Amino acid sequence: MGLSSFKRALWVFHVATGSCNGCDIEIVAALTPRYDVERFGIKLVGTPRHADVLLVTGPVTRPMLERLKRVYEQTPDPKAVVVVGGCGSTSGVFYDSYNVVGPVDEVIPVDVYVPGCPPRPEAIVHGVVTAVAKLEKVAERG
Amino acid sequence: MADGQKVYEIPIGPIHPALKEPIRFTFQVEGERIRGVEVRPGFAHRGIEFMGLKRNLIQVLYLSERICGICSISHPIAITLAVERAAGIEVPPRAQYLRVIFSELERIHSHLLWAGVAAHELGFDTLLHLTWKVREEVLDVLEELSGNRIDYSIPIYGGVRRDIAPAQVPKVEAMVRHYRGLLEELLDAFLRDPSVAARTRGVGVLTPEEAEALCAVGPTARASGLSKDVRQDRPYLVYGELGVRAITPRDWGLEPRGDVYDKAVVRLLEIGQSLDLIEKCLDEMPEGEITSFPKIPALLAHLKKAEGEGLGWHEAPRGEVIHYIRLEAGVEEPVAWKVKAPTYSNLMSWVPMFRDQEVADIPIIAASIDPCMCCMDRVHVVRDGSGATLLMEELLKLSRAKTERVLRGLSPAGGGA
Ligand code: SF4
Repeated sequence: MGLSSFKRALWVFHVATGSCNGCDIEIVAALTPRYDVERFGIKLVGTPRHADVLLVTGPVTRPMLERLKRVYEQTPDPKAVVVVGGCGSTSGVFYDSYNVVGPVDEVIPVDVYVPGCPPRPEAIVHGVVTAVAKLEKVAERG
Repeated sequence: MADGQKVYEIPIGPIHPALKEPIRFTFQVEGERIRGVEVRPGFAHRGIEFMGLKRNLIQVLYLSERICGICSISHPIAITLAVERAAGIEVPPRAQYLRVIFSELERIHSHLLWAGVAAHELGFDTLLHLTWKVREEVLDVLEELSGNRIDYSIPIYGGVRRDIAPAQVPKVEAMVRHYRGLLEELLDAFLRDPSVAARTRGVGVLTPEEAEALCAVGPTARASGLSKDVRQDRPYLVYGELGVRAITPRDWGLEPRGDVYDKAVVRLLEIGQSLDLIEKCLDEMPEGEITSFPKIPALLAHLKKAEGEGLGWHEAPRGEVIHYIRLEAGVEEPVAWKVKAPTYSNLMSWVPMFRDQEVADIPIIAASIDPCMCCMDRVHVVRDGSGATLLMEELLKLSRAKTERVLRGLSPAGGGA
């Protein structure tokens, strides 16, 4: 598979599975001029079918469980999953609840964790760049 | 449009690029016209109140902050006021001023955030990038004062966690000056721009009668001309002394029409109002303590002994937020905690706002109430897996039956309603 396109641009799809919005607005902050990830060719897209990277925020709530799996399946391979925020990584403050299934990695495989509540936009950019490195390694292996 | 055109259903969500958070709409559409809408929220429900009943009040405070990352001052302000009423805790004057300063900073960042999102939904991405670029300066100030860009942990029962040091005051003042100069530009870009007006005038109208009947709150109600603002109607902290007046489109010299344009008017003008309030607070703030309980263990011990109930309210950027709390002596956890976030009151406004609108206007109408799903999401339980919907009358009947059972001393869970 020719994957050299990863060297240029990386398309990202964002799904919120029960987040508090804190991480979500920091993702948007990373896209807007002060941080401006588009200069690295990182772009938010409207459907998982166009995405190379999934950005997931929040602990997984019961109603989002099947939907998250579906989004993961709809994302073409090779793909990387980046969890943004403490609650998506470990469940964080959201434990002992009837409606929280758990952290994202209990539902789909995760490649990169970005800790923080919420992490700074710089950390989110770093997380996505780490995912690029992972995808490139996959590409080299062919 | 031809008569007898077929009505189609368009489902949108829960995961959709026009939505920032999970929610599902089902639109009934006739050609390009929306004839009806059904809203199904609940996807971001985490059971926060339930979790809170198993944690001590300090943990609950941090949990309340994570109800919503955008309102991470508003929820803690409402819960601290509720707990302080329940436990009879005084808040030093300086702390009250500091709380107001922080909540107005939050309003500025939230309204700028909304303005950017609204511009994006209109297809005006230049404006999105412009507003989010200028929004960074209020975040810089918040970070300087609190240590974090989002989730500030400022209010604590009895006061606030951090003071504004004299060396920091000039930075806040510089920010106020900066935004004063910029506000005119933003007003130009949004309110005096013919294409923004063309896309927002007459779109998503909520009449004052509808706003009143549906109990809309915050900018959603004020854009329809209702003079409704908790800071004005039931003053708390030092808002009474500061003299807040609800802003409506009349302050922009126009009769309120309750459309998307008017919602932008209200939010942008409120940025100016918040700047005034911050300046006034910096001027009038007395010296003194910032909390009546400098030591957390002493605070926890006091809370553990407290018995009673309290209600706390606050005008969050999206409208009135209410927290109710009940404490019992001898336990560290609250025995009851109820949160009513502004979006919960505003959600029903969508129904009249969407009526007879075009499909292309769905994103901007949805965004116009500045919805926050993670604040308001509730869970609904379906008994025996049946999909039956209970309407108002049936619920009332069930509720009355339960009261009767309770009065007769039977188990409240008896009939399993
Ligand atoms: S990590 Fe923190 S800020 Fe991010 S979604 Fe979770 S609770 Fe909110």
